[in-house]
Amino acid sequence: MIAEAGLAALWLAAALALLQLFLAFGPAPVRAEGTAPVRAVAIAQGTLTLFAMAMLVALFLRTDLSVLLVAQNSHSAKPWLYKLAGAWGNHEGSMLLWVTVLGLSGAILAIFSRRLDTRTFRSAMGAQGALALGFFAFLLLASNPFARLNPPAAEGRGLNPLLQDPGLVFHPPTLYLGYVGLSVAFSLAVGALISGRVDSALAKAMRPWVLGAWVLLTIGIAAGSYWAYYELGWGGWWFWDPVENASLMPWLAATALLHSINVLAARDSLRAWTVMLAMVGFSMSMVGTFLVRSGILTSVHAFAVDPQRGTFILVLLSFYIGAAFALFAIRSGKLAEGPRFELVSREAALVGNNLLLTVILGIVFVGTLYPLFVEAVTGDKLSVGPPYFNTVAGPIALVLALLVAIGPLLSWRRDSGGKLKRLVIPALVGLTLVVVLLLAPPGGHLLSKLGLAIAAMLAIASFLPLAGRKFRRTPLSVWGMVVAHFGVAVALAGMAGSTLLSKEVLTAARPGDRVAIGPWLVEFHSIMPAAGPNWTALEAELRASRGGGVEILKPQVRFYTDPPTETSEAAIETVMSGQLYTVVGRATGDGRWQLRLWWKPLITLLWLGAALIALGGLLALVGRASRGWRKEHQR
Amino acid sequence: MIKPKHQRLVLIAVAVVAVLAAVLLAMWGLKDRAAYFHTPSEVAQGKAAVGQPIRLGGMVEEGSIERLSDGVTIRFLVGDETAQVPVLYRGIVPDLFREGSGAVAEGRLAPSGLFVADTILAKHDERYMPPELGNLSAVQAAGKTVQK
Repeated sequence: MIAEAGLAALWLAAALALLQLFLAFGPAPVRAEGTAPVRAVAIAQGTLTLFAMAMLVALFLRTDLSVLLVAQNSHSAKPWLYKLAGAWGNHEGSMLLWVTVLGLSGAILAIFSRRLDTRTFRSAMGAQGALALGFFAFLLLASNPFARLNPPAAEGRGLNPLLQDPGLVFHPPTLYLGYVGLSVAFSLAVGALISGRVDSALAKAMRPWVLGAWVLLTIGIAAGSYWAYYELGWGGWWFWDPVENASLMPWLAATALLHSINVLAARDSLRAWTVMLAMVGFSMSMVGTFLVRSGILTSVHAFAVDPQRGTFILVLLSFYIGAAFALFAIRSGKLAEGPRFELVSREAALVGNNLLLTVILGIVFVGTLYPLFVEAVTGDKLSVGPPYFNTVAGPIALVLALLVAIGPLLSWRRDSGGKLKRLVIPALVGLTLVVVLLLAPPGGHLLSKLGLAIAAMLAIASFLPLAGRKFRRTPLSVWGMVVAHFGVAVALAGMAGSTLLSKEVLTAARPGDRVAIGPWLVEFHSIMPAAGPNWTALEAELRASRGGGVEILKPQVRFYTDPPTETSEAAIETVMSGQLYTVVGRATGDGRWQLRLWWKPLITLLWLGAALIALGGLLALVGRASRGWRKEHQR
Repeated sequence: MIKPKHQRLVLIAVAVVAVLAAVLLAMWGLKDRAAYFHTPSEVAQGKAAVGQPIRLGGMVEEGSIERLSDGVTIRFLVGDETAQVPVLYRGIVPDLFREGSGAVAEGRLAPSGLFVADTILAKHDERYMPPELGNLSAVQAAGKTVQK
């Protein structure tokens, strides 16, 4: 019954999406006057999709083996947390989650958006309905999560052990909220193009969505990166895997949009530009979904290889992106040009930010899709990895980081450059560090050294916009900007520093042996069997010391039975200055065990920086929202 | 600088230049940084460039894994229907790396014909196989019966 209820809710929601489309764009007799009907439909549609998602979670929690998806991906002996998260640890469930977020976004837009003009709002709701309709069709026709299995399976096949991790509970939902939250920016942009009203009111309606989606994307990407870092046991935190790029591309577009939307809100400039970026943002989300869900990539995310599904998503995304850009081509010429600005101004700096982000996005996009393109044309198989992305995109990212130090010091419209004098001290710090790094230790990448120096400069410069301000009167959104920019500096220091200073030891050791790495002396104390709820393991005990006390690390090799798989669980010791990362490998047959150890100085800054970036976005969101709320209530 | 008369035109021009620059940079970067995928027979026919980063994919031959005395280096043969390539790898092999199973090695081909791998990839789980190995039969690549 539960599965049928979920399926019925989905069909009903799809019908409502169609109705929503008609209420917005249909011929006059169908098209509703006012906005009340379309709001009601959107809210009902969101509620129904949420209900369907809840039904799927219920089926997984009960391990209902008469449902195909549960039988293929779950197991009765799995801890309940992974039964819950297992609902989206597979293709169909994750697409249902995607559609649920899409439906809920439409509903939230319907509830809270009160200040937009009727025409823009109604068209935006129509666009949201159109998006939902396509993805409902994909779910119902090509990825039904509620299909029954007759006769029911005796036992489920289990969940890929790599996914049996608390990361699965948070990473996909946050990332999807971010991905799909951008759909509202897309729909609002479409709505504004149709009504022809691209102005600061639109920007103010769009901004909370962009900020919110961007914060969630930031958290989702950082969480995914940390998950890969400790779960894969490879010691790296970013592999330029196409699936990682699929999440990075919407983030890059959203970062650009986040900055240009402030220009539109504050100055009413960059109208066509901002609308374009809003469409690019969600387009990248769809491209990402296609890359991840079509199964054309080698990845843990490619749950099943089914070319039909890939084609379906490709058709959907080509249609939406094509339609949106055609609309842009037709309508953008009619938008009036906004107020002008000088070459040295806040606006110009933000245009610079947008251009650099766009170039990085282009480089990542081409590098990610190139292998697919080449294989389609010539049949050659190839892969594009870190040597390409780091070399080509890295220097541009550093230029962007320099601009982050400068831009916030410029004033709107025109600037004489007076405040730039404040950059003298941070610039001197940066230059000194460059000279020291280039002269002192031999080896190491130039890019990392420059990165470290620019990070130091930006860390100081990011606080300069606060100079001369009364702290308690400084708007929360300015604090948000400062915190996020400081976070960029901190994260950059973490990336560059850990790359430059990282130490690695790969060895085979007997219990009792000692291994030195960086400042640590690690004793391989013992290796013993261990067991968990649905796995057994060989667990090494490592005793790490550096001068003072002893830290105990217990890396494992785990054996799961359902499905039968081995995974290695890294053990990580986090201290202020970095992380000691340990992996135990296999027995060599002569009483020794493979050990792989990394000392990663400054990597803690990367995780801290990511958290600061997200916090900055959150502060800006709260600041903007409370300000809007106060304005509303003063009237 | 002269105040632009048509700011929008200037912005459009700048945007177009930026996108073109991105594509050109990307094409330049891809020219010698993309790693081609080769099968052992292609390597045997000399189709793989020596010293360039490439990916080698095939079956880990039965009985070919040999551990060197340092305990962390292995040598094995990757083969397909017609040829075999010796591979040297220093590191911890992935969990599903085993003889008779499919694997992809990333690294460079030495002039001697030895493939020195930096990374070894194996399939992720029971149901999963790297797409590059799709031309091997599923049974062969998984080393056992794969459902569906």
